[in-house]
Amino acid sequence: MMTLVPALPKRFHGPSVWALYALGFIPAAWAFYLGATGQLPGNAVKEFEHLLGLWALRFLVATLTVTPLRDLFDLNWLRYRRALGLLAFYYVLMHFLAYMLLDQMLRVPAILADIARRPFITIGMAALLMLIPLALTSNNLSIRKLGPRWNKLHRLVYVIAAAGALHFSMAVKVVGPEQMLYIALVALLLTWRAVRTPFLRWKRQRTAVVRSRPATQKAAG
Amino acid sequence: MPAYRPPRIAASEITPERFFLDRRSFLAAAGGLVLGGASVAHAAALKPSTSPYKVDETLTPEKDVTSYNNFYEFGTGKGDPAANSQAFKPTPWTVKVDGLVGKPREFGLEELLAFPLEERPYRMRCVEAWSMVIPWVGFPLASLLDKVEPLGSAKYIAFETVVRPEEMPGQSGYFQPLPWPYREGLRLDEARHPLTILAVGLYGKTLPNQNGAPIRLVVPWKYGFKGIKSIVRISLTETAPPCTWNLAAPDEYGFYANVNPAVDHPRWSQATENRIGEGGFFGSNRRDTLPFNGYADDVAGLYAGMDLRVNF
Repeated sequence: MMTLVPALPKRFHGPSVWALYALGFIPAAWAFYLGATGQLPGNAVKEFEHLLGLWALRFLVATLTVTPLRDLFDLNWLRYRRALGLLAFYYVLMHFLAYMLLDQMLRVPAILADIARRPFITIGMAALLMLIPLALTSNNLSIRKLGPRWNKLHRLVYVIAAAGALHFSMAVKVVGPEQMLYIALVALLLTWRAVRTPFLRWKRQRTAVVRSRPATQKAAG
Repeated sequence: MPAYRPPRIAASEITPERFFLDRRSFLAAAGGLVLGGASVAHAAALKPSTSPYKVDETLTPEKDVTSYNNFYEFGTGKGDPAANSQAFKPTPWTVKVDGLVGKPREFGLEELLAFPLEERPYRMRCVEAWSMVIPWVGFPLASLLDKVEPLGSAKYIAFETVVRPEEMPGQSGYFQPLPWPYREGLRLDEARHPLTILAVGLYGKTLPNQNGAPIRLVVPWKYGFKGIKSIVRISLTETAPPCTWNLAAPDEYGFYANVNPAVDHPRWSQATENRIGEGGFFGSNRRDTLPFNGYADDVAGLYAGMDLRVNF
């Protein structure tokens, strides 16, 4: 298969990851600037909270898209996956901090009551807690040390993404196109995990067949 | 009947200067209204008298009142009603009043605007735990009911919003958030309470489309969704009428929907509220929600003996 985009020269790999971090924080910084200068409409704090949550979900979806892109289009963006996942974690954390500090003004009893009693907040909080071990083990040392257990642990991201889409849908009065879009994206990306093993086997076999053919035939095909 | 609270300060002291409009400009504006069309798209000035009701809190800035709205006929985003209601035509307009009344009839907009208009600055508490203080212009619903002579058998009142998919983008397409028309209802004694008004304006001008032009219900001790907008029909009934949000999620939105900090919505606490347009980003704009939205002295008597946790 042809790659869809030209390969990035190797010397740009590292800097491109740092550029992603820098770009990734722009939505949060911009929303914070608008909020702090009174330019977010209506309920500024809620709007800020909502934007952080929305971007967290976007980064989660982006994290889960890396594998299917590689499977289907041979696009190897694995080097960006850690940054995308960590951005998702930072956005979820900022989303929670905005709720705790700006929205609830640290009214701890109210926050605890919300977490205990409102299913969508319980689910959101659970997602944040599940993200913590993933963020803590996102370094190379942990990957080496944990070995195969690292892969197992990081499958938690599937649960987290599902929780995120559910949290978004349950937070609104009427589930609209935007919530449905994220539910559909997460469902699609999780379904891919279920079918990718047979797909990859089929793909390997096909590649093997193509390789075993004589060179002339390959060129003609 | 609960006591009608007398004015606490002189009306002249609480009427903002901008409402002392020249009678001639009012008549010209009203003329424009009656003639209809484009002139109404821009708010026309109204000349309300002040009412005995006032609130001690700061009015929510007009730009917030007219840009942060829930009016799903124009979309579910808070900014959608202001953005998507430009094509809506609030004139000409008639409201049909029927059901268990001695004199069923239709009211034209000019007749509705001819009721003695009062300015009613009310707190508005949304079920989503935010609030505003809005200077409505309107008249008691009871004055309209008096003209149609409700029958003794009438116990409830039902309201219906207009259905115009061509002018209201939320009423067409694949994702329609609610079944139309939007319906709401009250018990007749709630409807006749002096606090209950039909609003035709805010901030001294005719209602903007996004706020429910040309006429809407305002029941200040209930959650905002009871305040049905762009009303085309009012029917008196013997049994409790269907209400849109109550039908959509009966465990979340009750028929009464009285503001009650002690009864949480399943998805959020009702104990506190965010006052829109106040506090800014870092200051707290969160305040405690009051029973019956602060109107308990006036309306608690309507519910004497009722369990408000059951009848939420």
